[in-house]
Amino acid sequence: MIRKLAVAAAILAVFGGLAFWLVTRPVVLDGAVLASAPTGDMARGEMVFWQGGCASCHAAPGAKDADRLKLGGGLKLGSPFGDFHAPNISSDTEDGIGAWDFPAFANAMQRGVSPEGEHYYPAFPYSSYARMTLADIADLFAFMKTLPAVKGVAPDHELPFPFNIRRTLGGWKFLFFRPEPVLAFDGAPDAVQRGQYLVEGPGHCGECHTPRNPLGGPDLGQWLAGAPNPEGKGIIPNITGGEGGIDAWSEGQIASFLKDGFTPDFDSAGGTMTQVVLNWAHVGDADRAAIAAYLKAVPKMPNGYPAAK
Amino acid sequence: MKKLLLALPLLALTSTATLADPYADRTAIMKSFGEAMKVLVPTVKGEAAYDAAAVAAALGKIGEGAAKIDVAALFPAGSNTGESIASPKIWENMADFTARMDKFKAAAAAAATANPADVEAFKATFGPLAGNCGECHENYRIKKG
Repeated sequence: MIRKLAVAAAILAVFGGLAFWLVTRPVVLDGAVLASAPTGDMARGEMVFWQGGCASCHAAPGAKDADRLKLGGGLKLGSPFGDFHAPNISSDTEDGIGAWDFPAFANAMQRGVSPEGEHYYPAFPYSSYARMTLADIADLFAFMKTLPAVKGVAPDHELPFPFNIRRTLGGWKFLFFRPEPVLAFDGAPDAVQRGQYLVEGPGHCGECHTPRNPLGGPDLGQWLAGAPNPEGKGIIPNITGGEGGIDAWSEGQIASFLKDGFTPDFDSAGGTMTQVVLNWAHVGDADRAAIAAYLKAVPKMPNGYPAAK
Repeated sequence: MKKLLLALPLLALTSTATLADPYADRTAIMKSFGEAMKVLVPTVKGEAAYDAAAVAAALGKIGEGAAKIDVAALFPAGSNTGESIASPKIWENMADFTARMDKFKAAAAAAATANPADVEAFKATFGPLAGNCGECHENYRIKKG
């Protein structure tokens, strides 16, 4: 009897281990698909760069103007799981990503897998970037090659066990990594579809504006409904048209806010949104208007954070 | 003992009279900036025709409010309770916060006497002034539901 149990336990352990190995192994993009990517265009890539908000985390905190193109990393991003330090993604061949080829870049951006074959933490919003076109990734890569090389390596992330085991992120991806569009907008006006691409993809708005479950997975059923601030006190606002959201904002007001940071009641953007506005100010009017059109079309949600006491 | 008991409410009375309510005071000043922005933002965006007198008055209002800002008196320790949307980072980085306020106060004082004659002159005044809003709100203000 005991021997039978031991055998059963051993078999279970093998299958369990195999299942863990299968579920948590890093999965990269298909080589044939990568080979089909067009040659990147630097000028278009600059727009993708601002849409993607790379500078918000990878430029030095407090950097302004041209210094926002120096991507030496260093921003500390707090979370309920521990503190992350944004790495150097400048064109430096030793400290940055200057030695990467396109497949390495695309797998990082769209599958959250490093050139060494390890998982990245989803503090790097590859779950959103996975929804981008490969052409946009190629353009972005071409632009980032032109940015200055910066020396310096960011400190290691400060994460307690078990979050410090990168392999466990395979489980996170299995549960929450969804590269398909969040909402179904087939047949919607072009502006709404363009806005959907920008918001759900490069803009990665849902990373902060959508609440997360205790495992850090986004609750897509409360898409853009606002969330507690993962970095501490306060909230990230509801940007749907639901109660507490931005129903009163016109499309023009939303687009204008993304350019200059002034709300319809003449308050200024605060928190990390100030960085977001600095990014979107570089992007064309049509794309800001598209975001506004999309936000007006998303399902209206009540606030995704608890009411103030 | 009796004397002490009598003295306590008196002490409480005098301290409320002199200190007032720093949260209410700083909120009132910020709200006055918002009022001024109702004139200035549509002007800078070209949505409102340029009205030199209205612009000068609004810039004056900001200068007046900014002059009243005394960080030590308006942001004392322990005043970040209730409805306050100040970030705790203010008290963790008081030197930086004070330096940013000083920079804003200098810009506001300059803007208050600039009397821009046309919209281009106004833009040159408004940019450096308004940039202070976001720079400070980025780290030192939170949003509440």
